[in-house]
Amino acid sequence: MSAGAVGALLAPVIEPGFFAAEDVRVAIAVGAVVAIVSGTVGVFTVIRGQSFAGEAFGDLNTTGGAGAFLVGVSPLWGFVAAGVAAAAAMELIGIQRPRGRDLATGIVLGAGLGLAALLLYLGTTLHNTTGATVTILFGSVFTVPSSTIPLVVLLGVAVLAIVAALYRPLLLSSVSAEMAAARGIPVRLLGAAYLLALALAVALAALTIGSILSTALLVGPAATALRLTRRPGVAIVLAGAIGIAAMWLGELLAYDSSHWPPVGIGWPVSFFVVTLIFLAYLLSGTPDQVRRRTQRGA
Amino acid sequence: MFSGFMVNAWEVSSIVAVVAGLVGFFVVLRGSAFVAHAVPNGSFAGAVGATLVGVNTLIGLGVFSLFGALGIGFLGRRGRHDVVTALALVMMLGLGALFLNFSAEYAPEVESLLFGEVLGISSNQVAPTAALALVCVAAIAALYRPLMLSSVLAEVGEARGVSGFRMELCFLAVVALASTMTVPVVGTLLIFSLMIGAPAAARSLTSRPLAAMALSVVIALITVWSAIAASYETNYPVGFFVGSISAGAYALGRGWAAWRRTRANRDAGSSAPRLGHTVDAASTIVT
Amino acid sequence: MDGAAEILSVEGVSVRLSGREILHEVSFSIRPGEFTGLIGSNGAGKTTLLRVILGLQAAHAGRVLLDGRPRSHRNPLIGYVPQKFLLDSDMPLRARDLVGLGLDAHRLGIPLPSRARRARIDLMLQAVDAERFADARVGLLSGGEQQRVLIAHALIARPKLLLLDEPLANLDLRAGQEGVALLARIAAEQQIAVLISAHEMNALLPAMDRIVYIAGGRAASGTTAEVVRADVLSELYGSHVDVLNVHGRVLVVAGAGDSSDLHGHEAALPGMEIVS
Repeated sequence: MSAGAVGALLAPVIEPGFFAAEDVRVAIAVGAVVAIVSGTVGVFTVIRGQSFAGEAFGDLNTTGGAGAFLVGVSPLWGFVAAGVAAAAAMELIGIQRPRGRDLATGIVLGAGLGLAALLLYLGTTLHNTTGATVTILFGSVFTVPSSTIPLVVLLGVAVLAIVAALYRPLLLSSVSAEMAAARGIPVRLLGAAYLLALALAVALAALTIGSILSTALLVGPAATALRLTRRPGVAIVLAGAIGIAAMWLGELLAYDSSHWPPVGIGWPVSFFVVTLIFLAYLLSGTPDQVRRRTQRGA
Repeated sequence: MFSGFMVNAWEVSSIVAVVAGLVGFFVVLRGSAFVAHAVPNGSFAGAVGATLVGVNTLIGLGVFSLFGALGIGFLGRRGRHDVVTALALVMMLGLGALFLNFSAEYAPEVESLLFGEVLGISSNQVAPTAALALVCVAAIAALYRPLMLSSVLAEVGEARGVSGFRMELCFLAVVALASTMTVPVVGTLLIFSLMIGAPAAARSLTSRPLAAMALSVVIALITVWSAIAASYETNYPVGFFVGSISAGAYALGRGWAAWRRTRANRDAGSSAPRLGHTVDAASTIVT
Repeated sequence: MDGAAEILSVEGVSVRLSGREILHEVSFSIRPGEFTGLIGSNGAGKTTLLRVILGLQAAHAGRVLLDGRPRSHRNPLIGYVPQKFLLDSDMPLRARDLVGLGLDAHRLGIPLPSRARRARIDLMLQAVDAERFADARVGLLSGGEQQRVLIAHALIARPKLLLLDEPLANLDLRAGQEGVALLARIAAEQQIAVLISAHEMNALLPAMDRIVYIAGGRAASGTTAEVVRADVLSELYGSHVDVLNVHGRVLVVAGAGDSSDLHGHEAALPGMEIVS
């Protein structure tokens, strides 16, 4: 088969010129980095049962973004500041058991969002612009300027470095805090370090792909991976792979969708990526269900 | 502050506070803070979708709240609860992004849906809110006993014929209903503050369940009333005060509990309360 | 044995979990007022068996009869004290509130306070020596105290059979002894059959009327004299075991040869199961 024929076959799916556009290339690179970082931190998040904290950091980026907007600083610093402050608050409240911990997360989130409301109000009255909320919450990966790539990579590397350095003790204390404590591992300190890594990972994701996707990429691929394998190392690799696949396929579909009805508008990337991640999770549960059903019949 | 359109704000917010206090009691008891955040948040997509289709936003909110809540219930049977809640939330928000995409001029209304428009409540919203509230309160009253047992001692409840799954679904449906009726008032982002701050404080202050429920309502009322008054005076958004006061109530509750604990320890000498046991004893080869 | 007098009759129950047969044709019966110990090491299937009796787990063979009739959905006849329960320290629930739930929690609505209700709860609290902390938060009580509250919760519904899953596992020696004595007293006074699972039988020896010993997925039942013998247990385990009597305490030891034949004795690491 000639290259031309292959191209013609794939044309409905991969628009000619997809890889040629610069913003697409940036989106692909950034999407991959974010997927890897989110997937790695996500595996720990799912094991520790702290998906709410991950989501909370995502929402609190709105506060950070609003604050940065008000002060006139780049949103990234706002995200990082908000994340660190929230992580510190959650740590100070310091509840270890899941129920109480989620409650504390909720309280911090509520206060933080209230603050976001205030900052946005001050921002609109001072700067007289609207629509800031929407951009912050639903940011798009196709609008990331290529100048931020070095920053993105740097932040990603920082998060991965934290995780790599603390890998073994963090894993043990995440699976069983009691066993870790018995071995003299500082569980509380590790929890704080983990929260910090989570805050940075979410800040990175929010900057590039928006809050919705940051939570989706954090929790979905990791949860799917952990359903498919018991080994955390394998799960991390798998989570990254699933995240990258979802991002790339989502970006592809979003790019194509400008030709779908309603013509000219195009469907948002976040919708595609989230749907793919959701489907992946649902499908990963099917082998279990099939096995259960055949067992019952046996 | 107490005349004209403000009357509606006082009335509706009081109704909201009552529902938030009662439903929130079980939200905190069951450790469902994330669900209380996810359901209203996700329902936002339903409101946007409703305007797209040309239907009343309340219906959109209701449908998405219910689907989200029940989805969490069904998915939560097989998967981790917090994972399922997160995924249900982002799926709904993803749909919200899709709908937003198609309705280009929605941006300013988004903010009011997210953060609420208490001071802009019109008088014809009072009656429907009250009606829905009545249903919520009746549901909570009816479910009280089996829901308490299922929330506190799930296994024992199962053995008694109180299905944990059925209780979870009922509870989630009530959360969806509470979310639907309160979102137009307080907004999607902050209703859950009311549902967790007040009950968290109340349970620290009293050890009787029914008293804790009542106190939860009282604290929620104080929270909204103070928030509205403060917002009226300063022009700052109501949500800011709701979030901060809820956090303050929570902090007070924990402070009180800690103080009472140190006093009890001092009085009792060395009695060390154990906090429930979940660890299995190691097995022995020789019996 | 007179079938109608038995409050619980387990007949040929086999249970399969994750493809493995955990229990194979387990049969035994219990009469009112009898104190029975369900003995077996961790992983032997004690909790599974209890769950079958409670209707929380399906058996793929055999049946369970309660008071002569097949098990139905609700079990007003059975009181249950689970092994694991978590009562948060800030849960707004007093001991007496928890016991009160045992009265009517399966019914809808809010409990109306009445003197009769309060009197019944007080009586139950007395029966388990819990009046001292009746108004304390359940989450702040010690393990043993919480367990007594759960027993009162189970008893207030006037069951004919009381099941306790490993009640001694997390108690110190003295609390355990007090607990066993309390249960023996309740069994005798109120003619309630008591079935306690444990991985160590010595604490129960003074009170046990009968024993159901589980090993290798099968069970032997009878009096301790009938069951706790080298020949019976060796057959259960499928390899030679010795039974030693040391100052009234019983030790079951693997005989000469390898001890790897003893089933279900691997130490399980707590909480290693990662579910997503």
